[in-house]
Amino acid sequence: MTALGKDLIGLEALAPEQIRLLLDTAEPFKEVSERPIKKVPALRGKTIVNLFFEASTRTRISFEFAEKRLSADTVNVAATGSSVSKGETLVDTAKNLEAMRIDMVVIRHGASGAAQFLARRIASNVINAGDGKHEHPTQALLDLLTIRDKLGRIEGIKVCLVGDILHSRVARSNLWGLTKLGAQVAVCGPRTLLPRGIEELGVTVFRRIEDAIAWADVLNVLRLQLERMEAGFIPSLREYYRVFGVTAERLERAPQELLVMHPGPMNRGVEIDSRVADGAHSVILDQVTNGVAVRMAVLYLLAGGKPELADAAKRGAPD
Amino acid sequence: MRPLLLRGGRVIDPSRGYDQTADVLIDDGKIAAVGAGVGAPDGAEVRDVAGRIVAPGLVDVHVHLREPGNEDEETVATGARAAAAGGFTAVCAMPNTDPVTDNQAAVGFIVRQSVRAGFARVYPIGAVSVGQRGERLAEMGEMVGAGAVAVSDDGRPVASGHLMRTVLEYARTFDIPVADHCEEPTLAAGGAMHEGLVATRLGLKGIPAAAEEIMVARDIVLAELTGGHVHLCHLSTRGAVDLLRRAKERGLRVTAEVTPHHLALTDHACEDYDTHAKMNPPLREAADVAALRAALKDGAIDCIASDHAPHAYDEKEAAFDDAPFGIVGLETAFAVAYSELVPGGVLSLPELLRRMSTEPARIFGLPGGTLAPGAPGDVCVLDVSDVWIVDPTRFHSKSRNTPFAGRTVTGRAALTVVAGKVVHDAGAGAGR
Repeated sequence: MTALGKDLIGLEALAPEQIRLLLDTAEPFKEVSERPIKKVPALRGKTIVNLFFEASTRTRISFEFAEKRLSADTVNVAATGSSVSKGETLVDTAKNLEAMRIDMVVIRHGASGAAQFLARRIASNVINAGDGKHEHPTQALLDLLTIRDKLGRIEGIKVCLVGDILHSRVARSNLWGLTKLGAQVAVCGPRTLLPRGIEELGVTVFRRIEDAIAWADVLNVLRLQLERMEAGFIPSLREYYRVFGVTAERLERAPQELLVMHPGPMNRGVEIDSRVADGAHSVILDQVTNGVAVRMAVLYLLAGGKPELADAAKRGAPD
Repeated sequence: MRPLLLRGGRVIDPSRGYDQTADVLIDDGKIAAVGAGVGAPDGAEVRDVAGRIVAPGLVDVHVHLREPGNEDEETVATGARAAAAGGFTAVCAMPNTDPVTDNQAAVGFIVRQSVRAGFARVYPIGAVSVGQRGERLAEMGEMVGAGAVAVSDDGRPVASGHLMRTVLEYARTFDIPVADHCEEPTLAAGGAMHEGLVATRLGLKGIPAAAEEIMVARDIVLAELTGGHVHLCHLSTRGAVDLLRRAKERGLRVTAEVTPHHLALTDHACEDYDTHAKMNPPLREAADVAALRAALKDGAIDCIASDHAPHAYDEKEAAFDDAPFGIVGLETAFAVAYSELVPGGVLSLPELLRRMSTEPARIFGLPGGTLAPGAPGDVCVLDVSDVWIVDPTRFHSKSRNTPFAGRTVTGRAALTVVAGKVVHDAGAGAGR
């Protein structure tokens, strides 16, 4: 058993010190990606399956880079299934993976709980790369790392998650990670896209984006999916942008230190103004860079790597 | 058949307020005598049941037996066997079979299968609408003629207010209840569990309490309009209980049931994505459980029903969203209800037995629910000192989907008698 346990399913189940350990372990791995030869032998001989039941570009590639830079052998499986066949597929997939004696599985699945479902049934380490509306822990970890990089700390920082909280696994993981590390968390979005009982989790709710901007040190702007409009949660994307869009005009009076984050992929002109996404407040590309380091840290620690040896791991395999 | 004398038990007959140590004699399929020192006629089988409870056989007005259509999950025979093991002598089978039980031939088939099986009595409930499609009335008169005791579109709630009005009016001719699964479909669509903080944390779409309460309210209004008998199935919310109380205060023909699991569990049982805690209506909050218990105590809720819903093991072996709703309940209903309600003083044992035998029989117009001489010889002998651990592999039901696996419970049927015949004898090693 590692300092994290067998799997990384979500941040809700982690203790603050485990989250800090992950962030601290990511630090030395950042440098690996800056080298001409971007490879260390830490996971040599390990086999990892990237099992993506949902389309993903950024997260899948980020994991794949993390795995390859740690010298693991990787296989990508892109499986799509109807919602009825999902469960059966998942059971059968689990059994088949188990039979092939792999070491780790990175899973992305449309059903909440899918990662845990798999983790309960196989001995390999399971890393949740996003399950339904439940959690996306590595995204939240890279968000935390980016905040810590830019602002020097997480404790006491005011972070507002903006947009579709109801359907967002990124929001849930961020909420757990941020509150566990002592940040103040708020949400802002149309009431139709905020989950019932969110206040009971110690979260402030802003009705107006202007109020959120005036309050926050960090805005984490979530992707608004077109399906939400089609399902009637909001009248139109146009109106959404006018009422909740993070625009340059709205940020004008914000202090220079205010960070704007986005987990991607962005809908420019819907939840975020291009001028903001590409502007001085934006740390969106830093998030992407940190994503690889955080995922290296997760893989390394779950594989049994010793945190204090992460530095040494860059030079040779851990003992 | 030999007469059967149950000697020396604590005889509880809620229908007559009877509660004392006595003998019960069943002869010719009927209750022949109840009292102290009833003699055994020549050739009678005598069972010493001292220390046990002798009560009218339990009656469950809401079960799913899956035949025809899903015989791998349950059949009329296995369901009736499971019922007998749970102390039930009569159950009402919901019509969401495949094909739907929406005509006299289908109703007759279920009756024949149950007679052939010879365990608990099975009373079919006919569909409200043809194919449970919520469009055209099914042939209710013919179904009643074939043995149906109620109509329902359980599992496929009646969305149309017009259809519900019509069925309530039409059912008055036959004086049968309309068993009403209250769920406003657009509010419940896509939901997997109770809408609340647990659903938020798990990232699962919730079914708001309002989805149930809106339909409860609608159908109470329609009961008033039509004078029909609305039987509210498996109530789960405190708001629904409030609406029910007001309807009863006004003297409307509204009755209601609650399941043992809604009395015992909350939405926290869904944590860890336990698909055995996925049912419809969903497990709600502690305040709802408290309201349901209070309503059962004061009689606003008339009876307990299991909503026994068998599913194949691999159907529940899935992501929460993909698993079907429902759990089996016939073999745990009495034990769960007893353990949850009686030791803690929510109900006395006679009150519990009233809610599990006398009242369900009365509101559905079924024989039984009483030990009055001349009544059907349907009796259960219960051991309320039997502390046991729920082990689904020992169920007589074909299915194992229960959230109570591993739970220590108290109370079990020792003997179940239908029409004077022993159909379950826990002491005889009849179980698997």
